Order: sequence, then structure tokens, then C-alpha cells
Amino acid sequence: MPVISPTEKAIINGLQGGFPLTPRPFRDAGATLGLSEGELLEGVRDLVGTGQLSRFGPLWNAEMLGGDVCLAAIAVPPERFDEVAKLVNAHPEISQNYERSHALNMWFVVSAEDPRRIARVISEIEAETGLGVHAMPKMHEFFVGFRVEV
Amino acid sequence: MLDAIDRRIVAATQAGLPLVREPYRAIAEKLDLDQAEVITRLKRLLDAGAIRRIGAIPNHYALGFTANGMSVWDVEDEAVAGIGTRIGALDEVTHCYERPRHLPLWPYNLFAMVHGQTRDEVRDKVQRIARLIGPAARSHDVLFSTRILKKTGLRIAA
Repeated sequence: MPVISPTEKAIINGLQGGFPLTPRPFRDAGATLGLSEGELLEGVRDLVGTGQLSRFGPLWNAEMLGGDVCLAAIAVPPERFDEVAKLVNAHPEISQNYERSHALNMWFVVSAEDPRRIARVISEIEAETGLGVHAMPKMHEFFVGFRVEV
Repeated sequence: MLDAIDRRIVAATQAGLPLVREPYRAIAEKLDLDQAEVITRLKRLLDAGAIRRIGAIPNHYALGFTANGMSVWDVEDEAVAGIGTRIGALDEVTHCYERPRHLPLWPYNLFAMVHGQTRDEVRDKVQRIARLIGPAARSHDVLFSTRILKKTGLRIAA
């Protein structure tokens, strides 16, 4: 576990949402965390600099920007795993791909601005690999707090 | 839903806000807009759900949360909405979705991503969720990622 200062902890735990939309947001957010505008700015810059924050700002909802995403899984015979990974990853529409501990051992995300493109990419992967792709589109998304506590 | 100016704001902020005292003014100057217009548009996009939230976006791995388990549950279709809402509200769950089953290989219809510092910690959290759901979950499993094969971020062109 990395060493985290009290200021960094206050930022990570206290600012995972609700950053003010005001002309001086670091001053206003700092006031609720007991930090000055300069301390908060410095703290956020450090956390982004060390990579403990991926970034600081808006978390955009990809689907509402006009695109579509779909999770999909394949049961890949172990001896073909690397070959199939290469075929799947070659598609620019694949944004993430993970090996997981299950008979369905390859899980990837297909993203495309045109939703019809998703079904086409899945058929292409089936044709290229000779394996069945199980599409797992989200039917319902439940609200999540999206918080980690350090 | 998004007009051309909104999309320029997305492109200008998807890597993060400028880390300066007046970040919205800095965006406005870059895009040749008024600060008030940038703030008004961001407020509207937040209310509409195009922005999920604004603030610190933690890197789970860098913060030591290196064990991430995809917990999957077979729950009755009629119960999935109530159970999904309760599980999604837990701090340790970062994504919670209903997805289709693929029988007989895949009986699970509810997915909840659980983060922890070790696999044992994730398994403990999954056990706690199992107790919360009770007999409404006919079976469950937790899949750990054993290798990242590809990962690229969200990139929207202006």
C-alpha cells in the first residue's frame, strides 16, 4: 500500500464527485475539506503526477456521447489463447481485453460510435477465430457510488 | 444530445481539467467561449448524465487496490432490480449491471465489480454480498483478471 498523507487522503476520499462548478472551484472545494486553494491545487497536481489519480475532472459517460459498448466473452482453448488474443486485439473497436479465471477465459469490450458496428465486429471475430463469441450487452445499469476509500 | 460546442468541451476535458485556480476560464479561453457558458454547459451535461461526476478519478492499481474481482450472480429475474440497487450502493462495488445469461455455460445475470487490496479481501467482500442477497442468489462466482491483454482509454474526437 503506498504511503498517503492526510491531505492526499482528504482529496481522494472527499473529492470523488461534487467538484464545484464555480469560477474558483479549488478555493470552494478546499473550504469544505479544510484546505486552502493553493494546498488543494498542489495536492491534486501531486496525486495526478504520481499516477494515484488517473486524472482530475469530469468522468464522461461514453454511451451518452453517442457511442455504444458491449462486453463479450470467448471460451478459448488454452493452447490457442495467445493466437486468439492477437486476432481480437487487432480490431480497433476492442478497447479492453482481459484474461479471466473461468472456462470463459477471454473477456473484452467492443466500443463503436455506430452501434451496428458492434454486431459486425463480433461476427468478424467469430469468422477469424472459429470460436463462438458470447455478447453480454448491459440490459440495466444500477447506480454505483464509484468510490474507493483509502 | 450533444452539440458541436459540447463535443469540443468533451475533447478539451477528457484528459482532465486544467489544474489552475480558474480551470473553467482556462477551458473557455482555449475554446474561445465565455467562462459562464462553459460552466452552464457542464452543469447541464452533469444533470443529463453525460458527465457521471466531476472530481478525483482514482487509479485503483496505483492506490494498492490491485485485486479486482468480477462477481457474477444468478438471481431470479423478478428480484434483479432490487438486488442490483442494493449491491450497487456498496462502496466496494464500482460497476453493477444486469446482463443476459448464456445457458448452460453461463447462468449469471447480475455482474458487480469488486475492488480490494488482495484476492482474499475481495473474496471476503463477495461473501458479505452473498449474505446480503441470501437465497435469492441461486449461485455465484468471482472471476479475477489474470492478465490485461489490451487497455485503451476513452477517446472522443472534437
